[in-house]
Amino acid sequence: MKRIFPILAVLTGAFLSYALYLALLVAPTEQTMGDVQRIFYYHVPSAWTAFLLFAINFVASVVYLVRRNPAVDAIAVTSAEVGVVFCTIVLITGPLWARPVWGIWWTWDIRLTSTLVLWLMYVAYLILRRFSTGGQTPVIAATVAVFAALDVPLVYFSIRLFRTQHPQPVIGGGGSIDPRMLHVLLMNWYAFLCLAALMFWSRYRLEILQQQLDEAEGLESLEMRSPR
Amino acid sequence: MSVLRLTTATLAKDFRLEWRSKDALNSMLFFALLVVVIFSFSFDPNAEESRRIAGGLIWVAFLFSSVVALNQTWAREVRNQVLDAYRISPAPSNALFLAKVIGNFLFVALIELLTTPLFIAFYKLRAVGPAWQLFPVAALGTWALVVNGTFFAAVSIRTRSREIMLPLLLFPISIPAIIAMVSATTAILTAEYSARFWVVLLLTYDVIFTVACLLLFETVLNAE
Repeated sequence: MKRIFPILAVLTGAFLSYALYLALLVAPTEQTMGDVQRIFYYHVPSAWTAFLLFAINFVASVVYLVRRNPAVDAIAVTSAEVGVVFCTIVLITGPLWARPVWGIWWTWDIRLTSTLVLWLMYVAYLILRRFSTGGQTPVIAATVAVFAALDVPLVYFSIRLFRTQHPQPVIGGGGSIDPRMLHVLLMNWYAFLCLAALMFWSRYRLEILQQQLDEAEGLESLEMRSPR
Repeated sequence: MSVLRLTTATLAKDFRLEWRSKDALNSMLFFALLVVVIFSFSFDPNAEESRRIAGGLIWVAFLFSSVVALNQTWAREVRNQVLDAYRISPAPSNALFLAKVIGNFLFVALIELLTTPLFIAFYKLRAVGPAWQLFPVAALGTWALVVNGTFFAAVSIRTRSREIMLPLLLFPISIPAIIAMVSATTAILTAEYSARFWVVLLLTYDVIFTVACLLLFETVLNAE
């Protein structure tokens, strides 16, 4: 870990800089929106990464409920934390783009709203983990993660129906994308995935160390209480 | 003992305790009254406007006051180590959960029945659509809040600052249910669109989360 991590960090940094160069200088300028559109190369990869991490959190939570393996719980908490970071980037870059293009910071569009609700649910999950005391934290956190995942399709459908009831002018995805733009987008996504993997790895190591420390402290206090 | 007998026994015990103390009921009722009065000061709508916003206001008031009841669900059992006794006993834990959900449902429904006339009076409400449909919507919506609320109350008693943890968990998960119940109520009050989709969505939500709660409650009860 100690030796490989800096090397990987430098490589990821170089990849991210290259992806940024592609996004700012190589990708063609969008016809109607102009340079503002380039935030898209940060916004969309962050969203995909966040959704991927939340999916990992769900799978890890289910596996934890079945197997009760502490390493799986470490994966669950790590993916939720890193996922919330990327989801926050999505929610910040979205309005930055929307303001000049749509003329508004925020609209209750389906994608915006679902992402916001997703963010709220996983922040609640992290707060629960922080407030929970003792050994039951992984179990109750895993049940809450399962509830959050079950909620995702319902959130989607409710907001979709809600939107059709109250239509608002919103530019949807639609249309085709320039192959050069797609290339830059994918390169940025790969760079973001490398960054996410790096963050995931270091956070996961920290979590495992924390678990070992808690275990050692628990053992120590037991030994101190036992008769000499 | 069968699940049904255990459920009714727990329910009867809770009702007897509540009947003697009236703690939850009084605090909930007063809280709901305060919310209604404060909302009336915050908005001063005409009849047409109030019909459009009443669905939202009424459900926010019920949501807040149900949290007051839900927070008290397990507090008594924790104080007297009843939960520990329940863990050792061979009784199925879902009987306990169902009793708590049904008890909370009846409490919240009673509060709704008592508060709704006030809402109607303060906001000069009159439904344009078929008003009887408000009853199934209210029943499904209350169940949606109460089933997850009871479950998350059992989760949050395991944390520090348990009182604040419950709404933090319950509100984000309840967002689709809240959208559905508010939209269904507004649909019935204004008769501008059909409430059918929303009732179906609410029913789906209730079924999914009731099953999830029953499957996972034992895990939460025994989590150590």
